[in-house]
Amino acid sequence: MSSRRIFARPARFAAIAPYVWMALFFLVPFAFVLKISLSQTAIAQPPYEPVFDLTAGWEALKAAFAALSVDNFRLLGSDDIYVFAYVRSLTVAVTATALLLLIGYPIAYGMARLPKRWQAIAMVLVIVPFWTSFLIRIYAWINILQHDGLLNQILLALHLVSQPVVWLSTDTAMYIGIVYSYLPFMILPLYATLAKMEPVLEEAASDLGAPPWQVFWLVTFPLSLPGVGAGVLLCFIPIVGEFVIPDLLAGSNSLMIGQTLWLEFFTNKDWPVASAAAIVLLVVLLLPLLLYERLQKRQLEQGR
Amino acid sequence: MRKVSRLSRFNIASLALGLAFLYLPILILVLYSFNASRLVTVWGGWSLRWYREFFNDRAMIEAAWMSLRVAVCSATIATLLGTLAAVALSRGERFRGRTLFSGMLYAPLVMPEVITGLSLLLLFVALNAERGFWTVTIAHTTLTMCFVAVVVQSRIGSLDRSLEEAAMDLGCNPVRAFVAVTLPLIAPAIVAGWMLAFTLSLDDLVIASFTTGPGSATLPIRIYSEVRLGVKPEINAICTLVIALIAVVIVIASLASKLSSSQGESAAPL
Repeated sequence: MSSRRIFARPARFAAIAPYVWMALFFLVPFAFVLKISLSQTAIAQPPYEPVFDLTAGWEALKAAFAALSVDNFRLLGSDDIYVFAYVRSLTVAVTATALLLLIGYPIAYGMARLPKRWQAIAMVLVIVPFWTSFLIRIYAWINILQHDGLLNQILLALHLVSQPVVWLSTDTAMYIGIVYSYLPFMILPLYATLAKMEPVLEEAASDLGAPPWQVFWLVTFPLSLPGVGAGVLLCFIPIVGEFVIPDLLAGSNSLMIGQTLWLEFFTNKDWPVASAAAIVLLVVLLLPLLLYERLQKRQLEQGR
Repeated sequence: MRKVSRLSRFNIASLALGLAFLYLPILILVLYSFNASRLVTVWGGWSLRWYREFFNDRAMIEAAWMSLRVAVCSATIATLLGTLAAVALSRGERFRGRTLFSGMLYAPLVMPEVITGLSLLLLFVALNAERGFWTVTIAHTTLTMCFVAVVVQSRIGSLDRSLEEAAMDLGCNPVRAFVAVTLPLIAPAIVAGWMLAFTLSLDDLVIASFTTGPGSATLPIRIYSEVRLGVKPEINAICTLVIALIAVVIVIASLASKLSSSQGESAAPL
């Protein structure tokens, strides 16, 4: 009899506490988001008309159901601001993920080719910035990119520009910030698959006369696709909903959906519209989320 | 026969540039926190002026204290729940709702923070809970326990099952075998999980902004509102202190994982 069997019963009990916690604080809240996205905005505290009042009995509940409205969603679809915000979020996420892949791949490849002992050190070096605060890393770039910041000083000293360049509040700054913040998320899954790859495969290809770019394109890259998939999803999904980076580094004339959601919520105090925006964002991300979950599960349960 | 080095010049260049890109901005930030001058353009000599300014800033200190308490509390609860979840997922075989369970655990890892924050706030409002320390702690626990679960689960996955089997052949019941054999083996991963949860909580701006109430801002919330007004040397000093604190945490965590890898094949995630 395998130990897995014997362990199964107590292990199942171990699931109870985290299960209840996640159901209560992760699953149930979504029901509230859905509910409030269907209710009317009100000038009140909290700022929405209650949809259900369970104490009012069945008839009242039926009336409440009849009063549910998709107005907030209709607003999202008809108002250009929101449509633009979704389009922009997706564009930014696609562009940034492509940049991350382009920049992260050579680094991960270099790591995988280091001698074994150095690989561990390189991995720690890539992970460490992930541990330092997100906000601090963005702030570090504000230091560098501001009007009299280091970058402009260097460019001026080298006479590459005649007057300071405006970096802050541009898309360039935002992309720098995103790539900088998410780079470890791209490198690590790539490195994990590249390091596992048998070097003899590449050697065989080159022994058979393939030039280096062909070795890479026909052997290395296809074999690293699982890592590419994991890295791309790990970056793409959170970038779509990103708030801090575009807020601090990009200009304010075109907003991403995370920013509009924040604005609706904190500035306009329109909770129903913010909730509807969150639901739409979730629907957009559902497919990549499911894909990511399957990858994660397969990866973690391979050790079984 | 394996060649000793397969490193090309291209590999070395991309590694060097990549690491420089990752570290230079942080080094510059730390350097400027010791600049006596208020201007970024001028190096006014070494000084601890901005650190003194921080320690005299009552609101900032209060926010830092709040953040530390939230981080310690949420990391501890998250480690407990996350470890239980990891055990259930890697040893529990099939149970009702297992797919939903693992789904709930993996989704928050990538879920945009604005969604998690908004949904938790709506829950707290519906429950009429007073927003402040506990609501932020619960929110952070919910997020970070998923990271703990992944770290611990990958460690359990790399364990040799025969050790547990041996313990049970020698007459331990499953719970006893787990406590006596498995727990010491995964302890380093649990420590690393706590550290990760701690730093994630210390770092979070978005979820805390949604779930906190008036008068109880966390450090990132204070920093954020200052940063929006522009670069201030005092912020450099605070950031340097946070980096120093996290560096200490990393050293402890890496010692723990070193211990872990000396005990067997380690699969360090993240």
